[in-house]
Amino acid sequence: MEDMQLLDAVERYLANEMPAQERALFEQLRKTNPEVDQLVVEHSMFLQQMDRFSEWKQYKSTLNEVHTQLLETGSIKDKAPKASVIQLWKKYQRVVAVAACIAGITALTISAMVYYFTPKPVSDFRPLFRELKAEIESKTDQKIDSVLNASASSRPAANPKLGGTAFLIDGKGYLVTSAHIVATADSVYIQNIKGDYFKVNILHMNKQTDIAVLKIVDNRYQPVKSLPYALQKNQAELGEEVFTLGFPRTTLDVVYNKGYLSAPTGYNGDTTTYQLAISANPGNSGGPIFNHSGEVIGILIGKQTTAEGVVFSSRTKNIFTALHEIKKDSTNEDRIKLLLPSSIKGLDRVQQIKKIQDCMFMVKSY
Amino acid sequence: MKIDPREIALLEGLAKDDRQAIETIYKQHYNMVQALIINNNGSADDARDVFQEAMIVLYEKARSGTFELNCQLKTYVYSVCRRLWLKRLQQQQKFVPDIDGLSDTVPVEEELEAHGQRNTEFQMMEKAMLHLGEPCRSLLEAFYIQKRNMLDIASHFGYTNADNAKNQKYKCLMRLKKLFFAAYKNNTQ
Repeated sequence: MEDMQLLDAVERYLANEMPAQERALFEQLRKTNPEVDQLVVEHSMFLQQMDRFSEWKQYKSTLNEVHTQLLETGSIKDKAPKASVIQLWKKYQRVVAVAACIAGITALTISAMVYYFTPKPVSDFRPLFRELKAEIESKTDQKIDSVLNASASSRPAANPKLGGTAFLIDGKGYLVTSAHIVATADSVYIQNIKGDYFKVNILHMNKQTDIAVLKIVDNRYQPVKSLPYALQKNQAELGEEVFTLGFPRTTLDVVYNKGYLSAPTGYNGDTTTYQLAISANPGNSGGPIFNHSGEVIGILIGKQTTAEGVVFSSRTKNIFTALHEIKKDSTNEDRIKLLLPSSIKGLDRVQQIKKIQDCMFMVKSY
Repeated sequence: MKIDPREIALLEGLAKDDRQAIETIYKQHYNMVQALIINNNGSADDARDVFQEAMIVLYEKARSGTFELNCQLKTYVYSVCRRLWLKRLQQQQKFVPDIDGLSDTVPVEEELEAHGQRNTEFQMMEKAMLHLGEPCRSLLEAFYIQKRNMLDIASHFGYTNADNAKNQKYKCLMRLKKLFFAAYKNNTQ
């Protein structure tokens, strides 16, 4: 109770509400009693604090009132409209950054996938085998069937996958063709221009030089006594006129083409081949390249797709190599005899072709 | 630099709690501050807080009587708001390389430091009041802030006489002082 009275006195003292007499007494008390003095100082500071606090509160509420009032009258606007775009940007900066990252990753992924799934640029070297479409083949077969019923029995039932050309190098039934035609074959058949089918075995195959040696195993085959052409032993000369025969068509028509030896090396400077300027089409692969005197200088293997009239042929030398290999490793009794020289030398081209075409076969690889 | 006499008059009005002065300053400068805040990661509410705090700084300065406006009021308000907003962004730990604005700024560090000190004191008082609870708070507010007399308070709060009210006020005041000084000591240590 005493404390309370004392505090009341302090408050009245600080507020200057004391009568002069009491005030003098109180000041006396302050001087003599340090505790009272302490209380006066403390309370005066506290009251000041309270005063300022109340002012601060009032001022704040005034500010708020002014703010709402001005908002209502429209003197200030709640949002600065010009800044809305910038504000949006600031607000969504991070989101935009994340989105951009995702977009970037997606773009990279897509381009990677496109790169991955795009067909690789194919080599401009195109082997000239003929891909045989089933329906065309069946039509042809029907035609042949109707004409040549007799030979149909030995003909395989399925449709061949690839087709090309082959030629005899020994009348007993040895042929040479291009290795890529028969490389993937389960079985290989050949057909002569009369339409007779013969089954052949692959005696030797070299994918590097693209040479395959075939042997006719069909007993209906009647050996040819002598071949009209020979294999050239020397290297062919640049500019030499050459011609070829082949089966680029689906029918059994021998197609003749002529040209010249345009470079002594083949695709990308390959020294096992020649470059020819001759027109050749799918199906010509494996066809013999003859010089003017009827000697085989090479075997047609493919052409460059990016250049016009650039055809490559494996050299005859590769056939000799192949034959040598056969002779060396052969446990079999194959004795391939080559006929030399060419018997059609000096004949005109029409006569030459007439003699040659009996030794030409269409290869069908199953 | 020539100072517009109208701005000095405004400050004088502010010191005298003239509502008209507050309104004028508000009208003239609020939109600028709002644009600044909104363009720098803030909202309209932030702008309102910052501007009002700047107004309090201005008010304190005007009342202290020692304030000499040595630049345009606009520049001063802008500088204070810019500084306050930067500080708040730092507290929110948002990295802002540099606040971009249109106007030049004047150094306001000292003012803001003093203001910050006062602000913490006020907050301590507010917190102490809040902890006090009813009816003590209303009683003390009525006496010290609204400055009503004891008889009036007694009848309003339903005390039988002024002495009773006084008694109650004393108890409340002791509690408030205890709370306030505890916080005050804590803060100054």
